[in-house]
Amino acid sequence: MNSVIKTKGVTKIYQETVVPVQALNGVDLDIKEGEFTAIVGPSGSGKSTLLNIIGGLDNPTEGSVAVGGKDISTLSQNELIDFRQNNIGFVFQAYNLIPVLTARENVEFIMLLQGKSKEERNKRVEYLLEAMGLADQIDKRPNQLSGGQQQRVAVARALASKPKYILADEPTANLDSKSTADLLDLMAQMNQEEGVTFVFSTHDQRVIDRARRVITLEDGKIVSDK
Amino acid sequence: MLYLKLAWRNIWRNKRRTLITIASILFAVFFAVVMRSVQEGSYAKMVDNMVRFYTGHGQIQDKDYWEEKTIDNSLAYKDSFTELERTNDHLDFVVPRMESFALASSGNLTKGVMVLGIHPEKEKHVMNLEGKLDTGKYIQSNDKAALIGKGLAKSLKLGLGDTLVLIGSGYHGANAAGKFPIKGIIKYPLPDIDKQAVFLPLKEAQWFYAAEDRMTSMVLMVDKAKNVDGVVKNVKASLGSEEYEVMSWAEMMPEVVQQIELDRSSGKIMLWILYAIIGFGIFGTILMMTAERRREFGVLMSIGMSRGRLILVTWLEIIMLGFLGVLAGIAVSFPFCYYFYKNPFRFTGEMQDVYEKMGIEAVLQASIDPSIFLNQAFLIFIITSILAIYPIIKIWNLRPVAAMRA
Repeated sequence: MNSVIKTKGVTKIYQETVVPVQALNGVDLDIKEGEFTAIVGPSGSGKSTLLNIIGGLDNPTEGSVAVGGKDISTLSQNELIDFRQNNIGFVFQAYNLIPVLTARENVEFIMLLQGKSKEERNKRVEYLLEAMGLADQIDKRPNQLSGGQQQRVAVARALASKPKYILADEPTANLDSKSTADLLDLMAQMNQEEGVTFVFSTHDQRVIDRARRVITLEDGKIVSDK
Repeated sequence: MLYLKLAWRNIWRNKRRTLITIASILFAVFFAVVMRSVQEGSYAKMVDNMVRFYTGHGQIQDKDYWEEKTIDNSLAYKDSFTELERTNDHLDFVVPRMESFALASSGNLTKGVMVLGIHPEKEKHVMNLEGKLDTGKYIQSNDKAALIGKGLAKSLKLGLGDTLVLIGSGYHGANAAGKFPIKGIIKYPLPDIDKQAVFLPLKEAQWFYAAEDRMTSMVLMVDKAKNVDGVVKNVKASLGSEEYEVMSWAEMMPEVVQQIELDRSSGKIMLWILYAIIGFGIFGTILMMTAERRREFGVLMSIGMSRGRLILVTWLEIIMLGFLGVLAGIAVSFPFCYYFYKNPFRFTGEMQDVYEKMGIEAVLQASIDPSIFLNQAFLIFIITSILAIYPIIKIWNLRPVAAMRA
């Protein structure tokens, strides 16, 4: 398998407080295409920071990050936005759907930004929402959906642009057991069907149990990789 | 379309706040439009009063008449003057007038009066004296009779059929003297005119002043006030002679123009104060909208929406909010202005005296000039565009990770 996400000596120091906080301390990571990986660790271990840096949402203080063979630490803010739009799908803990758009429109949104044709959008939206078991919820707004349903819409949104990588930050933290199981099934299915590489940050045992690779972070360092 | 849809739905997220913001703009626009409409309506009325009685929209005069207004500087009638009506699209009428002064007497009573020789038919469209008749009948071109104001009739104790004696100085020093029966008494809305004016058919005035076929001015009446300058320019070019002076009403009454400009400026200051207050209100809404959606902006940027697109949506929201307020404001103010345009408010009592002392008809008439309404839309567009700078700066400096942590 090809190596698609590669970090080398990634360090992140936040200078926002009086005392600088070191969130990551020389992280070397190599994720292969199609992996289903969980990054675990206690709160404050640097999981979300690492995910943000891999996703180009944040810059490392030191070190380099290559995603799909491209060193994203050298990209400008606008180049990063384009890069994310075409390569990366995000799933957030709090779903973060656009409240004024329906499930269909939320999923379609990113494809509109990409300038995809109406026909292509409709086809993809229907396929994804069907796959997520939300075919009958297509015209509902987020506040009309349950937490589990919202997160499934969020996954569909993340997959809509046909990204190569999905970065999911604590995706099951707000879900009950059944919703978590359903969501993980769907993600595993998409991993298989679309060949998308999934990287989770989580401390949810249910996610850890389903992951094929588990990387443990502590105090900004990788302490185990199984 | 996506951005419009998104912006439209975003502004209705918090219905109550949006409605309050729209209502505040509505009231500002309503007050601004009504104020401007009444102001412009008053100016238009004032100008119309003066134009109709004193100057017309413009005048053709002898080149020396404006400096020295005597009958000696009158001009001889030429067919080319009335030809102008045919050759200028916006020129409705070219009306001859003979204007001078005389001493009027009746019995033992004497009074200095303004004598106006008029073309009775054409003046129906200008001064409309027939419509102001109080008693008697309107004069005709061949009449050897006079029409006087009610105030003058009262001063000289004249009634219908009584004889008015006029004495004055005519063309090139000729003696002017004549007796004219009173055919009609008019009630002129401007008291100065009502107490002073004597109207004679043009031929009678020319005979009285021994100035056959002469007149002091050819009054130009234009279809719309906005076409005055163009018509004056065309008439100047058509006459093409240095014998004549062609002037617009604004050139003949610069003090009126100045008075209007001064009043308009003070009105504008009031408007700016009003809009500044409303501006702060809108800014409050924008401030809240920006603060509470910081996280969402971060998410949108995370999933691939560029700053430019995000700025466009936010700008559209603010402009939409402004325009909804403007449209509501215009929808409420237009019927109000239209009513007072069609049914001018007539002052009575002390207010009537105040207006009339200024030589203005005591009437408050609103204007429905589209520019009054459009200017408010333009102003709100400018204000909201300026206020939109705040979220634009915020979005420009937004870091998605920090925003999502908010």
